[in-house]
Amino acid sequence: MAADTHETRTANRGDLVFQRLIVVGAVVMVVLLAAIALELTRESRLSLSASGVRFLGSTAWDPVKELFGGLPFIYGTLVSSFLALLVAVPVSLGVAIFLVELAPSWLRGPVGFMVELLAALPSVVYGLWGIFVLVPWLRGGVEPALARSLGFLPFFSGPSQGFGMLAGGLVLSIMILPTIASVSREVLRAVPNWLREGALALGTTRWEMIRGTVLPFARSGIIGAVILGLGRALGETMAVTMVIGNRPKIAASLFAPGYTMASVIANEYTEATGDLHLSALAEIGLLLFAVTLALNALARLLVWRVSRVAVQGSRR
Amino acid sequence: MSRKNPFTMAASVARACVLVSVLALAVCLLWCPTCEAKGNDPGKPVSLEGAGATFPYPLYSKWVFEYGRIHPNVRINYQSIGSGGGIRQISEGTVDFGGSDAFVKDGALVKLPGKLLHIPTTLGAVVITYNLPGSPSNMKLSPEVIAGVFLGEIIRWNDSKIAALNPGLKLPDALIGVVHRSDGSGTTAVFTDYLSKVSPAWSEKVGSGTSVSWPIGLGAKGNEGVTGQVKSTPGSVGYVELVYAKQNGLPYASIRNSSGAFVEPTLEGVSAAAAGVAVPADFRVSITNAPGEKSYPISAFTWILIYQDQKDAAKGTAMVDFLWWAIHDGQKLGGVLGYAPLPAEVVGKIEATLQTVTTGGKPALSK
Amino acid sequence: MNSRKNSVDRIALPGRRKITDLVVRTLCLVATLLALVPLLSLLQFVIVRGAGGLSWDLLTQLPRPVGEPGGGMANAIVGTLVLVGLASCVGIPLGITTGIYLAEYGHTRTARVVRFSADVLSGVPSIIVGMFVYGLMVVTMKRFSAVAGGVALAILMLPTVARSTEELLKLVPTSLREAALALGVPRWRATLRVVLRTAAPGIATGVMLAVARAAGETAPLLFTALNSRFWPTSLDRPIASLPVQIFTYAISPYEEWHRQAWAAALVLVALVLILNVAARFFVRHRTDAR
Repeated sequence: MAADTHETRTANRGDLVFQRLIVVGAVVMVVLLAAIALELTRESRLSLSASGVRFLGSTAWDPVKELFGGLPFIYGTLVSSFLALLVAVPVSLGVAIFLVELAPSWLRGPVGFMVELLAALPSVVYGLWGIFVLVPWLRGGVEPALARSLGFLPFFSGPSQGFGMLAGGLVLSIMILPTIASVSREVLRAVPNWLREGALALGTTRWEMIRGTVLPFARSGIIGAVILGLGRALGETMAVTMVIGNRPKIAASLFAPGYTMASVIANEYTEATGDLHLSALAEIGLLLFAVTLALNALARLLVWRVSRVAVQGSRR
Repeated sequence: MSRKNPFTMAASVARACVLVSVLALAVCLLWCPTCEAKGNDPGKPVSLEGAGATFPYPLYSKWVFEYGRIHPNVRINYQSIGSGGGIRQISEGTVDFGGSDAFVKDGALVKLPGKLLHIPTTLGAVVITYNLPGSPSNMKLSPEVIAGVFLGEIIRWNDSKIAALNPGLKLPDALIGVVHRSDGSGTTAVFTDYLSKVSPAWSEKVGSGTSVSWPIGLGAKGNEGVTGQVKSTPGSVGYVELVYAKQNGLPYASIRNSSGAFVEPTLEGVSAAAAGVAVPADFRVSITNAPGEKSYPISAFTWILIYQDQKDAAKGTAMVDFLWWAIHDGQKLGGVLGYAPLPAEVVGKIEATLQTVTTGGKPALSK
Repeated sequence: MNSRKNSVDRIALPGRRKITDLVVRTLCLVATLLALVPLLSLLQFVIVRGAGGLSWDLLTQLPRPVGEPGGGMANAIVGTLVLVGLASCVGIPLGITTGIYLAEYGHTRTARVVRFSADVLSGVPSIIVGMFVYGLMVVTMKRFSAVAGGVALAILMLPTVARSTEELLKLVPTSLREAALALGVPRWRATLRVVLRTAAPGIATGVMLAVARAAGETAPLLFTALNSRFWPTSLDRPIASLPVQIFTYAISPYEEWHRQAWAAALVLVALVLILNVAARFFVRHRTDAR
């Protein structure tokens, strides 16, 4: 439908103008992305030249001595996101399978809608809920219980303050759950029905059909969904800042406060007085940008592959 | 449904979208005249934007509220983002004035686009507040104990060093949860300046500044955040401006000062500290660990930062007039909240400084 | 579907397989219930505590000085509407334009780059967008402003609007476009008056979801629109917004502010939910109309 336009285009000046206009509009998107990358690189130049690659491995974050290292934030971001995935992936896969394969059809709409509502709620509301509901619950109930039963593990030692890595990870898991669930649901839906019917006709149970046929088919799409969720977890700012405790130190215990890349930017970017401090924050931003960029590209590729295969499959 | 439906739907949706955006725009455009019309002051409306320290925020918000009643044409918007933010934003020129309780160092001052003035506005106390069962209000702390707690060397409430200072107090066998600031903070600057003076270990390991590398504890944003965190976390301890502890019914400790007396954070204690230190002409002075029997050791000036040469005449005049009001009439509003009034001698010096503020070569002060 | 399921169930299976099947089914059900627990808890708290704090003053008054009871956040409600309005003015037309481009000229290499950029941009953390706009507008214009906040939100809306517009334009039957072209209508008019109009309800859905997302954003506003305790009077000054106000009040120590934060959360959630439900309503009508 786009290739047939040559004659029409030359025939009509309005078309030419229209096309030029919308091309300009569309290119804004590319320009924006490039401008963000440029701006962050420019801002972080000082820090890049001061510490270079060592920045990634250094745990110092000392504005007084002007020593800056990104490791505590990278660590905090990775651990909180990993925790979030650990909780959210199994649950959201369960939700997706339930919604596509198991639930009676009258239930699918409402439950799907409610899960998507979770995605629509603003981050700051999760933070509010985190401070006043989740954190007291962790401090008063969950963390002491974990310390009693699993306290011999380094992850569950130390004082239960509520605010900390565990709270950050849990809030994140709730926030990325709908992303993973709804993308996986779309991916599962894209699996052609004749595959299911074939498996069931061979006498498999529902679960055997899902495990043997649906999941292998949808695998790369589900991985894509998980990566999309991870991308969201890495970049999430407000809710995490409100509950993670904001301390740039690496601790084994999940009860201990931590810090993420996004939260340190939120807390310090308009506050840093030293040039190097500011530049170090920009470098963290640049790193976060690069990582989320790569993850998103990867995830899109994977999800896109499943839907393409599915389209070809259904044509067969 | 009929085939026509999508088209009519489309039209109505398009109309609804346009309507919403037009309404939103209309609201923001029309609001101007209605708002400005409310003011019965003949003066031209002036808006001053400020940001910075959270330490004096309760006082500043009271000031701009009261000042706005007398001068409805002057709108002063002060956002408490932290002293680091105050310094940074006035340096960038994104605000008309900054608030800070840490003064700008010499090295940074020369890099600024113009001459920056530090105008003291009030005196406050940084208090050690804590959340313990029964909230005992009379805890006594020595500089060594405070440094030990914030260095992570004293980790339990029933540590013998704390118990020795508080023989009558029942201290729980619980871990101490340290809360500190996560943003660039003047309160942190004051507190770490104090610790650096009283503890060689602190000075060597941590040092002082608006942001430092904390050996222990969790970070919260603003005096508001630290108070909120301490209030909601049993067993925690934090440092905040006095008013935040008072307004929230949190207890605070008496601290042993340089002459060996335990002093409660009171207006008198803070005033005594200010009286014990000579104030230089540019007002950049630390009054922590001040000499004197009655001095509260973690006291501080807080400053409003403005450029001496004001680019905008109307704003410059409004700014200086407001500061003039703040150092005179405004001082009366501080006491209730827990801020000590500026010493008379300092007020005289500020008057002289405010008269040097110019806009377009002329003095900005209207009086 | 149902009859097939029943017939499968009725077939006698070796016990272990059947039990595994049952266990997994139960696990999926449990997972779904588990996923709904935080949502219900969140909604319960927002509604119960929010309703408790909601008052006429909250919706009509300006904030009071720190620590004094009373006051409201009417300026933040207006501020959020203004910010979202500004963002919509920039983000929606630009996003729809990009979407048209992708749908109409989607096979060129440039289009692929644009599509990829849109996808990637939608995954860029909002705080990064805040940093960018801070450097781009706040530092250069020397002021925090509603405009800067609006631009930041517009950047966040852009990819969602563009991609949903593209998807919906692609769904419009080619026959409609061909009919228009056959009548001698120039291509640009056919695109705008026939194709775009047909897809409009669906596009409205995408737009509303994007607006809902923008309305709840906090992080980029901290660096751009800042906050204000006055009514918005000018777009080049700092402006209050509900999310920033909720953040400020939530981390504060004041009970009164906590109450107001919950009430504001209720207002914000209601706003976002109404937009979401309305968006879904349009989808339903579109599919019904087919």
